[in-house]
Amino acid sequence: MMPNMRAPASELPINLMRISIVAAAVTLLDDITLTLGPGAPTVLIGPNGAGKTTLLRAAMGLTPVTRGRITWGGKDWGGRESAPPGRRAILFQRPVMLRRSAAGNVRYALAAADVPHSARAERTAGLLALVGLEGLERRPARKLSGGEQQRLALARALARDPAVLFLDEPTASLDPAATKAIEDLVRTITARGVKVVMSTHDLGQARRLAGDIVLLHRGRLIESGPAAEFFAKPRTPEGRTFIAGELLV
Amino acid sequence: MSGDVSALHMVLTGDPGLYAIVRLSLIVSLSAVLLAALIGVPAGAMLALVRFPGREAAIVFLNALMGLPPVVVGLAIFLLLSRSGPLGSWGLLFTPQAMVIVQTILVAPIVAALTRQTIEDLWAEYRDELAAMNVGAGRRVVTLVWDARFSLVTALLAGFGRAAAEVGAIIIVGGNIDGFTRTMTTAIALETSKGDLPLAVGLGMVLMLIIVLINALAWGARRAGERYAG
Amino acid sequence: MPTRRIFVAAAIIAVMAAQPAPAQDKSIVVASTTSTQDSGLFEYLLPLFTKKTGITVKVVAQGTGQALDTGRRGDADVVFVHAKSAEEKFLAEGQGVQRFPVMYNDFVLIGPKSDPANIRGMKDVAKAFQTIKDKKADFISRGDRSGTNIAELKLWKDAGIDIEKDKGPWYKSIGQGMGAALNTAGASNAYVLSDRGTWIHFKNKGDLAILVEGDKRMFNQYGVMLVNPAKHPNVKKELGQQFIDYLISPQGQKDIANYKINGEQLFYPNASDHGA
Repeated sequence: MMPNMRAPASELPINLMRISIVAAAVTLLDDITLTLGPGAPTVLIGPNGAGKTTLLRAAMGLTPVTRGRITWGGKDWGGRESAPPGRRAILFQRPVMLRRSAAGNVRYALAAADVPHSARAERTAGLLALVGLEGLERRPARKLSGGEQQRLALARALARDPAVLFLDEPTASLDPAATKAIEDLVRTITARGVKVVMSTHDLGQARRLAGDIVLLHRGRLIESGPAAEFFAKPRTPEGRTFIAGELLV
Repeated sequence: MSGDVSALHMVLTGDPGLYAIVRLSLIVSLSAVLLAALIGVPAGAMLALVRFPGREAAIVFLNALMGLPPVVVGLAIFLLLSRSGPLGSWGLLFTPQAMVIVQTILVAPIVAALTRQTIEDLWAEYRDELAAMNVGAGRRVVTLVWDARFSLVTALLAGFGRAAAEVGAIIIVGGNIDGFTRTMTTAIALETSKGDLPLAVGLGMVLMLIIVLINALAWGARRAGERYAG
Repeated sequence: MPTRRIFVAAAIIAVMAAQPAPAQDKSIVVASTTSTQDSGLFEYLLPLFTKKTGITVKVVAQGTGQALDTGRRGDADVVFVHAKSAEEKFLAEGQGVQRFPVMYNDFVLIGPKSDPANIRGMKDVAKAFQTIKDKKADFISRGDRSGTNIAELKLWKDAGIDIEKDKGPWYKSIGQGMGAALNTAGASNAYVLSDRGTWIHFKNKGDLAILVEGDKRMFNQYGVMLVNPAKHPNVKKELGQQFIDYLISPQGQKDIANYKINGEQLFYPNASDHGA
């Protein structure tokens, strides 16, 4: 079972200070300053190509920044493109299942997180139960449905006992029932003290889940702030256009 | 092995000469594949995962090694192992061990090249996830090799096919000695040159049967494994 | 789990590597010729020798030239070939201890039953060779420095022909053993010089037949030598000498004479003829 509360997260706050990411002469993120603090989920919104995925990966520590600085709980990690340290986890937009059973995938994540052998069986069962995959332990992970794979990837991410969990459009390819399952899980783990930072296309989902909103457009941060304020009265023209459901070009 | 008796008759009566030849063929080829795997799989995996200067050239070279002419390898090993050669004191010429050495040299590049391709493809798939799970370099290699094991079995089968088919190189280093270094392929060559074509054809069919059996076994193992692990 | 599999693999290799040791102790390597092997003599003779002495004989069969080279490299304990001039050169180089004549058979000139060069029944084999060249009839040469090849080249010389200069597309040098040469001759309706032993034992005769035989120049003498242990210390000289002693002993000579195919004797023992 996941521990209910952990020690104050040393991962938070995540401070992104004037970061830019340029790759192959294309500016993916342009001079972004943002603080991710504990509490309710932060939801990134914006059109395709706005830089949501890149921002998530940078905050996770997977993608090095070209300019600027990121600190996690005040510590600068250095931004090399190697495995991220610390208690952070990420669920990619299209998660890749390892060629093992569902339980095998979770056990692998636990082993990689240096969880002792004796604890793995129990934690695996707990995590699979949490994401609603009991009974599917032995099924080859690649044979699960899209929604099931997403939930399994979530279980893998949670195996790291993260303080911060990044989710990249977790329900983009799921039907409403599966979407609801994921959203319920987001609420559950938020209640257990995990900070969720996620991106979405779905304004409704943003309204349902967000504590804070971050609007991105063409690699730039347009607006950020408490979700309630944003949805009631967006400060920028882009914000107003986006909420109205029109295309941000 | 008397030439007057047909190969089928020998199989049915359990002719000891025939079984000695089959047994030697299997031992030599399987040993070579095993050794080639121990060399080739780590080498291929390393080539797939480690970025070092000259890596591209190494890959081209490895692919070229797959086309090593067997008789050239046989000749080179012959010169090495001959009593008047540098490794003569090992006394390995005209022994099954020499045949295993030659076949390992021929098979290892195949296994390494196929391993490299397989691991590289799987790495492209797994890369982000393994990075996100904080998997270190050592565990990463083990994971990729383990998860790719069924494709690697196919690579080993290709190696086995290569080893089982070899004639020229192993005649050179083995000497085709009756009862000691005569395999199915070298026996077929001998009986053909003695003009005993029916026997040669019969031996050939026995050899084909064995190869088909081994492929079927590997296929069955692969299917069972895939059903289990996907 | 992969570590466990490596253990299993290593264990299998260790088992296999430990295998052939027992036979090594009492065994010798004899470099001999493909003609001798193809005649089936060794399959008949060696078990008799092993039963008598407990020594295992490993025969590496090559052409005479190659077999002598194997002796020169020290890769064999005994050489048993059939080209006296090459053997005497071997001795002169100090590579062999002593040469013993063992047995003889003869060469036969084989050709298609249709006999396009019309040489059937000729008593003078050099004349037959001359006729083949004049008629440009297809001829297969072993071209592999074997005893048979050396004999063939000598016959061209006896016919006054410089075959290197005078050969044409009708003369095909294939660089392979007697069996392969007979196969090729049968497949292309050509003439070929063969030793009688291989011919009798050959199973793919097809349209071929003996066309010329009996000329004294077709006499084929076999000799055996111990590789010189002074030059190659690894030579098993006691065991090798036992093999030589057997071949020239009355029992060995009797065994050789008793080797027959379809009632026909292949080799004629003549160890007592010291000038052979």
